Amino acid sequence: MHIMEGFLPPAHALGWSAASLPFVIWGLRSMQRSVQAQPEQRMLLGVSAAFAFLLSALKLPSVTGSCSHPTGVGLGAMLFGPAAMVPIALVVLLFQALLLAHGGLTTLGANLFSMGILGPLVSYGVFRLARGLGLGRSGAVFGAACLGDLATYLCTSVQLAWAFPDPVGGMAASLLKFGGIFALTQIPLAVSEGLLTVLVVNAMARFNAAELQGLPLFARRGVQA
Amino acid sequence: MSRRTLMLLAAVLLITAGPLCWVAQPTDAAALAEHFGGADAQAQQAIAQLAPHYQPWFSPVLEPASNEIASLLFALQAALGAGVIGFWLGLSVARERAARQVPASDLARPAEPAHPQP
Repeated sequence: MHIMEGFLPPAHALGWSAASLPFVIWGLRSMQRSVQAQPEQRMLLGVSAAFAFLLSALKLPSVTGSCSHPTGVGLGAMLFGPAAMVPIALVVLLFQALLLAHGGLTTLGANLFSMGILGPLVSYGVFRLARGLGLGRSGAVFGAACLGDLATYLCTSVQLAWAFPDPVGGMAASLLKFGGIFALTQIPLAVSEGLLTVLVVNAMARFNAAELQGLPLFARRGVQA
Repeated sequence: MSRRTLMLLAAVLLITAGPLCWVAQPTDAAALAEHFGGADAQAQQAIAQLAPHYQPWFSPVLEPASNEIASLLFALQAALGAGVIGFWLGLSVARERAARQVPASDLARPAEPAHPQP
């Protein structure tokens, strides 16, 4: 769930947009470069984008008695690096902000920062670390997708707590409140996203083994689970 | 589909459907109306509590005409994603099948002339 249109004070809205902008440029450049260098990867890049489209459209029920949706950006971050997911997340967020009144244009920068930048960065970092520690492919993929998803919603909670600190308890009390709404709800959804990402990576390992070998984080140890 | 794939899918189904059964239905009408509502609507309420005077300063450019139209657009978004993934899976399965058939028929003849395929 993204921050609603108009629900960040102008200074915050502007600040997050300014913070996200360089990542958009970085992402577009990186995407262009990787497609030029390895045109055979276009199919997997398309699948990663489609995965983000699909997952971020699914509002799922959670144990907190409310609904939220996964992000689906962890997959692409593991395959193509975190930069590649910035433009993809931007397209998803624009679609939802313009047509669905979900998220918004004034909150686009903040939402892009959580879903398109921090989430993929965490997924990528966790995946690299897990592979470096010698964890099997499926475990690493699961952990990375799951934690990236959670990081996105923790970020949303921090963004809202920063903009709306509790008059008594300050930002910490506010963070607990928004964390309870977003991050807690997200835990089972993050697990689902992790499992679904493992499914897709398994299919890629079977059908696109050659392409996976061309990707830095998958080539090092081969594609065996 | 392998057993592992089926088990993963079953787990996702369980995690998704589980809360619908486990979470007790609230008794009062106000809470019932928000039962399984969006987390963003809850955040909106939290903001109203934390900063009662905050006024959203911008409203969505286009608002879906109704909940039905909103679910139509969400379904469209999911269908776009699922369509591309389905295309890739279909293509991959067909490619794998074609690759398996061609070398099998090519290799069978010269390698095993004494035992022709039945």
